[in-house]
Amino acid sequence: MNIVVLVKQVPDTWSERKLTDADHTLDRDSADAVLDEINERAVEEALLIKEAQGGEVTVITMGPDRATDAIRKALSMGADKAVHLSDPALHGSCAVQTAKVLATLVGTVEGAELVIAGNESTDGRAGAVPAMIAEILGWAQLTQVRKLEVDGTTVRAERETDTGIANLEASLPAVVSVNEKINEPRYPSFKGIMAAKKKPVSTLTIADAGIDASEVGLANATTTVLEAAPKPPRTAGQRVEDDGTGGTKVAEFLVGQKLI
Amino acid sequence: MPASLIMSRRDLDFLLHEWLDVVSLTSRPYYAEHSRETFDAVLDLAEQMATKHFATHNRRADAHEPHVGPDGRVVLVPEVAAALEAFTGAGLLASDFDEDLGGMQLPAVVSRALHVWFQAANVGTSSYPFLTMANARLLVAHGSPELVDTWVRPMVRGRFFGTMCLSEPQAGSSLADITTRAEPRADGTYRLTGNKTWISGGDHELSENIVHLVLAKVPGGPPGVKGISLFVVPKFLLDENGDPGERNDVVLAGLNHKMGYRGTTNALLNFGEGVHRPGGQAGAVGFLVGEENQGLAQMFHMMNEARVGVGLGATALGYTGHLHSVQYARTRVQGRPIGAKDPATPQVPLIEHPDVRRMLLAQKSYVEGGLALGLYCAKLGDDQRTAATPEERAAAGLLLDVLTPVAKSWPSQWCLEANSLAIQVHGGYGYTRDHDVEQMYRDNRLNPIHEGTHGIQALDLLGRKVVMRDGAGLRLLLDTVAATTARAAALDGEPAEFAARLDAVFARIGATTRRLHGTGDPRLALANATPYLEAVGHAVVAWTWLEQLLAAHGRTGAFYEGKRAAARYFFRWELPGTGPQLDLLDSLDTTLLDAAPEVF
Ligand SMILES: Cc1cc2nc3c(=O)[nH]c(=O)nc-3n(C[C@H](O)[C@H](O)[C@H](O)COP(=O)(O)OP(=O)(O)OC[C@H]3O[C@@H](n4cnc5c(N)ncnc54)[C@H](O)[C@@H]3O)c2cc1C
Ligand SMILES: Cc1cc2nc3c(=O)[nH]c(=O)nc-3n(C[C@H](O)[C@H](O)[C@H](O)COP(=O)(O)OP(=O)(O)OC[C@H]3O[C@@H](n4cnc5c(N)ncnc54)[C@H](O)[C@@H]3O)c2cc1C
Repeated sequence: MNIVVLVKQVPDTWSERKLTDADHTLDRDSADAVLDEINERAVEEALLIKEAQGGEVTVITMGPDRATDAIRKALSMGADKAVHLSDPALHGSCAVQTAKVLATLVGTVEGAELVIAGNESTDGRAGAVPAMIAEILGWAQLTQVRKLEVDGTTVRAERETDTGIANLEASLPAVVSVNEKINEPRYPSFKGIMAAKKKPVSTLTIADAGIDASEVGLANATTTVLEAAPKPPRTAGQRVEDDGTGGTKVAEFLVGQKLI
Repeated sequence: MPASLIMSRRDLDFLLHEWLDVVSLTSRPYYAEHSRETFDAVLDLAEQMATKHFATHNRRADAHEPHVGPDGRVVLVPEVAAALEAFTGAGLLASDFDEDLGGMQLPAVVSRALHVWFQAANVGTSSYPFLTMANARLLVAHGSPELVDTWVRPMVRGRFFGTMCLSEPQAGSSLADITTRAEPRADGTYRLTGNKTWISGGDHELSENIVHLVLAKVPGGPPGVKGISLFVVPKFLLDENGDPGERNDVVLAGLNHKMGYRGTTNALLNFGEGVHRPGGQAGAVGFLVGEENQGLAQMFHMMNEARVGVGLGATALGYTGHLHSVQYARTRVQGRPIGAKDPATPQVPLIEHPDVRRMLLAQKSYVEGGLALGLYCAKLGDDQRTAATPEERAAAGLLLDVLTPVAKSWPSQWCLEANSLAIQVHGGYGYTRDHDVEQMYRDNRLNPIHEGTHGIQALDLLGRKVVMRDGAGLRLLLDTVAATTARAAALDGEPAEFAARLDAVFARIGATTRRLHGTGDPRLALANATPYLEAVGHAVVAWTWLEQLLAAHGRTGAFYEGKRAAARYFFRWELPGTGPQLDLLDSLDTTLLDAAPEVF
């Protein structure tokens, strides 16, 4: 079975992340870029399925040139090939445009029956792209998955949300998004690092991918960021001296905040 | 990831790429498969793995030192095995072996750079694979193809681990006096009897088998070091499939309880006492490596590498201590600046005090200098193996020979001092077990002792290395330094100023060396070998600082300012200390020779 994994390069969550003043898009120069951790888990899940059942794993990314680092990481973990869509026209694309573009790219991967992605990226955090891709492709969607099983043409998954666990079952083709409980991603092995250099990466512009410039980019986005402000600094908090009633005071605070 | 307190990737990148230009090695056929990309990827991998799997149990492995369980097996905290599985699983153990052995042919300079991550994160756990690599490399260099197939392949894959068994209870520095015997048998094997001590990784359950490389004497051979041979003595003999089978007659007699490095088991081993009777007879079965009576020479062949490795291990511990103390000094507030003592004003972070900066700059100059020296020597090893012409290869080997005692001893002394300063910066807190710097100091205290003590290195440098081949090694060192100072002199300003100072110190080293050996009395010449080693050490490290200053020339930003500040510190505060040492040596002082045992 051929699997597509969607990966994204994001600013390192440890560095200070900023939006540019000019157009409120991500300031990519202000922070180190890394492969989003959740994508490593998506790659891992694809590799586990491939190891059990055969097939090929293709990683797809849309992002600036330096996203090749994220691709290399996925390839050195064991993915077979990659498609990298890089085009200045994509700058500022919204979630809907992104989903359309990625769905188009999935369509170019021969025999792809399963798409695995992270449930949400650490930068945008919209968490909507995998579902939109499923919608556009007309495939089943199994999102926020913490456990996945592929059995013939059936996919079973445990979906985890704040309200509980749901058991899902669908037929291929399908789009799955995974959460951080899905697995522990492997390290790229030394052999994998050497092999990654020789794996095919096709770098495409939107024209190569048959996408019209009017469908993408900040000017045509369905959403716009009007204003952005840094989050306020943390306040000092409230200090409680424990004179024997400390427990009660903590409980009162939590009740006051409607936390218990 | 947050800025690491284990190592500085920025500094490694500076040394590897901006100074040593290691990517240029990839134009040599042996490294042709590599590129900046693979170098970066393995360093990323090392950082991740050291952070997640090694640093995480460093303290625990220290607090729960290995012990012998009721069944006679060695018990370690379970995290050690898990970390090593990750390490070998990723193929890191194979990094610098030939491809046909399952290796990756990574340049030694890059593989050393990735190893320092592990040494800094957890020196105890990282010892097991490092000993295994040293053992396997020795067998590749001197063993028959059959020995290599049988023992090296499973080691490179991480199935078997290796040890080095030189020391005996009565023979540490003086290997001429070892008494372990190896009796030849008709089938070409040998049976060994004797006791070895201090054997790092000597027993454990971490691998399917343990491959001991043992120095022993074959009866009837020449006396002293000329009669030492080298043997492979496995814990388990192999069955016809190459899997561990019958138990060999080498057993654990006990574990040493150490000040630091506690995660590495350290064993007394008894060979040939009949506890196990392989093939129905007492005696540990051994397989000769190469020819009889070549054992010490073979061992020494690998010694440069092992000793540079010890120096880098000392550097790694000093480095992580430095990073910890910088972070502490930025966050702990204490006192007010001189001249602004108003108690109503807030206290300032420690790093604001000049004396704390002294301690931080000293550490910085020691650990970054040590790292530069170690990586430079590792690259000389690469050049010795793969440089284009036989002349270049020979020159690299010669320079490495001279530098090895310095590369081993200098970081063992000064990066240990860095750990002491890291404790000092932490004040009373540094003296407690609540802060990591205390363990780093204890771990690092080993390095001036093993792989040839500090004093033995001094004798090696002054008694052998600077006089061998009629002083050719020392001349090459002086020429190498002169090439750097010539480049620096052309730049004016600080580089030129420091170049002039360095030229003067090396000129004195040349003269002092001639003076000491000119006495014609080896007893007098070598009595003060240690200050000689230490003076040459400081001069060599000052040279690495001048090189770094040149590599940073014209670059701006905090990182490069840091390089200049540390270089300045080393030239102004440290290098002048060589003056009195060389004065003492020139005076042919006999205080030590004269202080007879009864004065103590
Ligand atoms: C933690 C640890 C791990 C070790 N791991 C291994 C291992 O894996 N394999 C192995 O074979 N060995 C190992 N060793 C042994 C180590 O190599 C020896 O401890 C070292 O060579 C010193 O020998 P010694 O302890 O017998 O000290 P000694 O030789 O007794 O030396 C004591 C002191 O006397 C000085 N001295 C001795 N002889 C002379 C001389 N001729 N001139 C001037 N000064 C002299 C030394 O410099 C030293 O300061 C290990 C030791 C330790 C502590
Ligand atoms: C084992 C032990 C026993 C002790 N016993 C006692 C005891 O019985 N009674 C007691 O009262 N205390 C005791 N102490 C505390 C001890 O006196 C303090 O640890 C010591 O005064 C240093 O203070 P500190 O640990 O807070 O370090 P800090 O004051 O935080 O100093 C940290 C580092 O910063 C440097 N530094 C700090 N301020 C300045 C400055 N203005 N200018 C330049 N450098 C500066 C220091 O030199 C040091 O290197 C003990 C400590 C230990 C470890």
